[in-house]
Amino acid sequence: MQPANLFFLILALIFTAYVLGYFRSKALARPLGGVRHLKSLPGYYAVRAALWCGIPALIILVLWASFENQIIQMLVLGTLAPEIVPASPGEASLLMSQINNIASGALSSGSVDASLVNAAELLTNLRQNSNTYMTMLVLSIAVLAGFVGWYRIQPKLNAREQVEIILRWFFFSCAAVAIMTTVGIVFSVFFETVRFFGMVSFTDFFFGTSWSPQVALRADQVGSGGAFGMIPLFTGTLLISAIALLVAVPVGLFSAIYLSEYANKHVRSVVKPLLELLAGVPTVVYGFFAALTVAPFIANFAQTLGMNASSQSALAAGLVMGIMIIPFVSSLSDDVINAVPQSLRDGSLALGSTQSETMKKVIFPAALPGIMGGILLAASRAIGETMIVVMAAGLAANLTANPLQSVTTVTVQIVTLLIGDQEFDSPKTLAAFALGAMLFIVTLLLNVIALKIVRKYREQYD
Amino acid sequence: MNMNDTLISEPLEPQEMSTPVNRPVEDAGAQSAKVEEGKTVGKPFADDPKFKLRNVEVFYGQERAIKNVSLDIGRNEVIAFIGPSGCGKSTFLRCLNRMNDSIDICRVKGQLMLDDEDIYHSKKDVVELRARVGMVFQKPNPFPKSIYDNVAYGPRIHGLANRKSELDDIVEDSLRKAGLWNEAKDRLHSIATGMSGGQQQRLCIARAIAVSPEVVLMDEPCSALDPIATAKVEELISELSESYTIIIVTHSMQQAARVSSRTAYFHLGHLVEVNETSKVFTSPEHELTESYITGRFG
Ligand SMILES: Nc1ncnc2c1ncn2[C@@H]1O[C@H](COP(=O)(O)OP(=O)(O)O)[C@@H](O)[C@H]1O
Ligand SMILES: [Mg+2]
Repeated sequence: MQPANLFFLILALIFTAYVLGYFRSKALARPLGGVRHLKSLPGYYAVRAALWCGIPALIILVLWASFENQIIQMLVLGTLAPEIVPASPGEASLLMSQINNIASGALSSGSVDASLVNAAELLTNLRQNSNTYMTMLVLSIAVLAGFVGWYRIQPKLNAREQVEIILRWFFFSCAAVAIMTTVGIVFSVFFETVRFFGMVSFTDFFFGTSWSPQVALRADQVGSGGAFGMIPLFTGTLLISAIALLVAVPVGLFSAIYLSEYANKHVRSVVKPLLELLAGVPTVVYGFFAALTVAPFIANFAQTLGMNASSQSALAAGLVMGIMIIPFVSSLSDDVINAVPQSLRDGSLALGSTQSETMKKVIFPAALPGIMGGILLAASRAIGETMIVVMAAGLAANLTANPLQSVTTVTVQIVTLLIGDQEFDSPKTLAAFALGAMLFIVTLLLNVIALKIVRKYREQYD
Repeated sequence: MNMNDTLISEPLEPQEMSTPVNRPVEDAGAQSAKVEEGKTVGKPFADDPKFKLRNVEVFYGQERAIKNVSLDIGRNEVIAFIGPSGCGKSTFLRCLNRMNDSIDICRVKGQLMLDDEDIYHSKKDVVELRARVGMVFQKPNPFPKSIYDNVAYGPRIHGLANRKSELDDIVEDSLRKAGLWNEAKDRLHSIATGMSGGQQQRLCIARAIAVSPEVVLMDEPCSALDPIATAKVEELISELSESYTIIIVTHSMQQAARVSSRTAYFHLGHLVEVNETSKVFTSPEHELTESYITGRFG
C-alpha cells in the first residue's frame, strides 16, 4: 500500500479508537452512577485511546519511509561478492544506480556481472516486499496499541493528565522543528562562510571596492583570481534601501496619520485594507512594473533634463520598492497612533490646540518609538528584497552614489552567484554564503532593535 | 450645621464618556414624581451670568441626551452638577467648551452664551473658546512629557510667553496655584507620568490654569483618586474659586457640599433643580432631588 493511503487508513483507525474509547468509558461509568465517578471525562479516555493507536504507528511509518532506501541499499550491497564491494560512498551510489538500472530494465542484464544481476533481483524483491511488510507492521501496531489503549480504560485511570503530557510534548516538538530548522540554516551558512574566509582574506572582502567573482577556468586567464570586495554591493543595497525609505516613510507615516486622526470610519474601512494590499502584490509584479514602466520613464525624463541615466537605475528600483514597503510603515504606525489613549487627545484639544498641533506635539512624540520600530522593520524588508532589484537595477557592481546609474545589491549577487553550474568549493559559490551571513547579521540586528523599541513602547501604556 | 450628616450614602458610578451607559430606569420611589420638560425648580437664573444657557438640547444620533435645559452660571462661582449615572452631566459640561465637537454623532441645539457671545456660532473660534474655558478630566491625563513641558504646553501653543523666563514664570505660577510647586520644583524635567495619581491630577489642573482661563470645567476630577489626594484637590478647588468660575461634575454629594456654592441636579437629561448647595442638601424642593440625596436611587 502507498504510504499516503496507509496514512489515511491509520487516521480511520484513530477515529475508531476514539469512538470505541468514548463508549467504553461511558459504559464503565454507567454502573458507577455517571460520568462524574470517572477520574477524567470520557473525551479524555477517548483521546488517550486514539493517541495510543496513532502515535506508535505513525512514528514507525515515518521512520520506515525515511530509512527504507538506506536499509534496502545496505542489504543489497551486503550480498555482493567481496571483491566488488564499493570502497567509498561515491562508488556505492554509482553501483546502486547501476543496479537500479538493471532492475528497471534500462541496462540489459546480459552485459554485466552476474552478481550485479542477482543484486538487482534482490532489489526488486525487497522493494515489493518492503511495502507489504510496512503495511502489515504499521497496521498491526496501530490495532494492537489501540486495543491496549482501549482495554486499559478504567475509572481510576487519570487519562486527562496523560493526554495533557502527550499534547505538551506534541506542541513542543512542533516548536522544536521550527527552531531546529532555523538553527540548521544558520549553522550551514556560517560554516560555509568560514570556508570562504579560508580562501579570501577578511580585508579583501570587507574593504575591497571591486566585485567580480568570476573564477578562472585556466590558470593564465586575465583576472583569474576574481575580486570579492563587498563594498560596492553594500553601498548598492544602502542606496536602494535609502531611496525606498525616502518614499515609504513619509507616504506611509502621513497616510497612517490621515487614517487614524482624520479619516472617518467609512473611509478608513476602505482605505486601510487597500493600503495593506500593496504588501500582498508579488514582488515579481513590482519587478516588471519597475523594469518596464518606471525605469524607462526615469531614463527618458533624465534625458530631457540633459542628464545621463542608464536604462536600469537604482532610482527605479528604489521608488518601486518604496511603494512596496509603504504598508509596513503605515500599518504599524497606524496601530501605534491608535494605541495612544484618547484621553491625551482630549487633554490637548481641551487646552485649545488644533488637531494638527495635537498630532504634532502630543500624539506623534508618544507614538514615535513604535513608528521607529515600523520603519526599521520596513528597512530590513527593503534590504532583503531581491526581485525588484534584479529586474530594475541591473547586475553591474558599480561603486556609486548616483541613483541614475545601475547598481547591484547583496541579495542580487547571491542569486547570480548560485545560478548555473556550481562547484561547491570554489570561492565564487562560497561567497554567496559569506554575503548571506552578512545580510543575516544586518537584518537580525535591525529586527532586534525594532522589536526592542516596539516592546518598550508597548510597556509605556500597558 | 454639618451637611455630611444629611447624606446617607453616595452612589458609586464608574462611567466613561465613550461607552454609553444604559439609562437607569426610574425606580419605584421616583415614579410618582415626574419631571416636566424645561421646568426647573429652584433658582436656575442669575443676574449678569458668565454662561447664559437657554433651551439646550443635545442629541447623540437620534437619542436626546439633554432635554431643554436652561441655566445661568454666575461669575466666579463654583457650581456642582450631580445626578445619577448617565443623566447627561458630562454631556452638558462638554457643551461648554465644545468638546462634544469631536464626537461625530453629537448635535447641540439651543442658545449657549459665554459673556454674550454665542459659543456655537458658526464663526466662533474653538481654539479661543477653549483657551478661555479650560477642562480637567476624570482620569488624570498628563502628556508623556516632562512636568515643565506639560504646564508649558498651553502657553506655548497660544504664544503667551515671549521669552523663556516668562514661560518659566507662568509654569511656576501655575504649579504654585495648583499646590504642586513644592513637590515638583526639583523634578520639573522628569516625566510627568511618573508622579502619583493625585499629583498627576493637580498637574492637569496646573496645565489648565496655565493658559489663564476664565472658566475651569471639571468632570469628576477626584473619582480616580484616593481620599487624601481627593482632599488636596478639593482644597485646591476652593482656593481657585476666588479667581475662576468652576463647574464641577461629581458623583460624591459630600464633595458637592464641600466645594460648591450652587448645585444643579440632573435626571435623565432634565435639569430638575438648581439652588444654593446648602438648600439643595437640606431642603430640596423636588421629590426626585430628595430621593437622590437621601440615597434612594443613584
Ligand atoms: N459618545 C456617546 N455616544 C452616544 N451616546 C452617548 C455618548 N456619550 C454619552 N452618551 C449617552 O448620553 C447620555 C448621558 O451620558 P453622560 O453625559 O456621560 O452622563 P453622566 O456624565 O451624567 O453619567 C447617556 O445615556 C449616554 O448613553
Ligand atoms: Mg460622566
